[in-house]
Amino acid sequence: MSSYKRRLFILATSPTQCRPTSKINKIQHAFWRSVPILLKTLLKLRPSVYDSLDSVKETSTASNMVQWTDFERATIQSVFEKMDYDDVGPAALSRCLVVYPWTQRYFGNFGNLYNAAAIQGNPMVAAHGKTVLHGLDRAVKNMDDIKATYAELSVLHSEKLRVDPDNFRLLADCLTIVVAARMGAAFTADVQGAFQKFLAVVVSSLGKQYH
Amino acid sequence: MSLSAKEKVIVKDFFAKVSSRSDEIGAEALARLIVVYPQTKSYFAHWKDLSPNGAPVRKHGITVMGGVYEAVSKIDDLAGGLLNLSELHAFVLRVDPVNFKILSHCIMVVLSMLFAEEFTPQIHVAVDKFLALVALALSEKYR
Repeated sequence: MSSYKRRLFILATSPTQCRPTSKINKIQHAFWRSVPILLKTLLKLRPSVYDSLDSVKETSTASNMVQWTDFERATIQSVFEKMDYDDVGPAALSRCLVVYPWTQRYFGNFGNLYNAAAIQGNPMVAAHGKTVLHGLDRAVKNMDDIKATYAELSVLHSEKLRVDPDNFRLLADCLTIVVAARMGAAFTADVQGAFQKFLAVVVSSLGKQYH
Repeated sequence: MSLSAKEKVIVKDFFAKVSSRSDEIGAEALARLIVVYPQTKSYFAHWKDLSPNGAPVRKHGITVMGGVYEAVSKIDDLAGGLLNLSELHAFVLRVDPVNFKILSHCIMVVLSMLFAEEFTPQIHVAVDKFLALVALALSEKYR
């Protein structure tokens, strides 16, 4: 740049404290008004600081979430898709009431629970078995946040129904045995592992809101 | 918690009925224990092959089921009849008694799988009680 142009450039762009009066002052004024706008635009274009934080965010929430392998996800979906809820639900609940008779304490108004035959034939037990099994649907559809899915149900079981949370584990064991009977050889060790892990998460979530 | 006379008959009859497949039951139950509860592998670190269908697991499953059948034959006095086995588990094997419970569960899952029709809730409760009492008898000598 020639020395004349350089001086003009400096004069035109140096900061001015005065109100713009002369033409040079107006150029200076416009220049310095535009600098912050330019800087803001440039800053918006740079990579977001939060972009690099995303992976940190994911791991920190992931460490609170249950990790499911692809096999486990597929197994749980498949087992529940093939399940006959109207058969397995009543079978699991009635089995629980027979094998662990102290669980009958929660069903005082269900009528005749006097012996195994009565329990297995009791229509209220059958209806309630279906209800309980359909309750598992939500967890099957929401495997990535079973804890939140069941927060309300946990409060219900704790505050209103007053069920000892150990009973959830007993019912889960009976459900495993019934599903094993229905699936036969298809209930391999790996499938059992995935199914029991799923039930363990459900049981833990249902017990979470007890205090 | 103890077995009534009727329940003892149920247990003896059921185990007699399934005795032809007892090897299969034992092998399958132990394989499941190792797969579904991986922490139990710690007791079998001396085996080179811990795969569920491998020879060591099968052979040991058969041994364990043999022990269960021995308990069935001594059903009238489990604590006394299983003293030798209890000493073995307490002093030599040092198996944590919590594992007896989970192995019992695995045995019952296999029984339910292989004998779906026969493993009714009435038989389930008798076998569950029986296996729990076997576990208790095995824990006799622990402390």
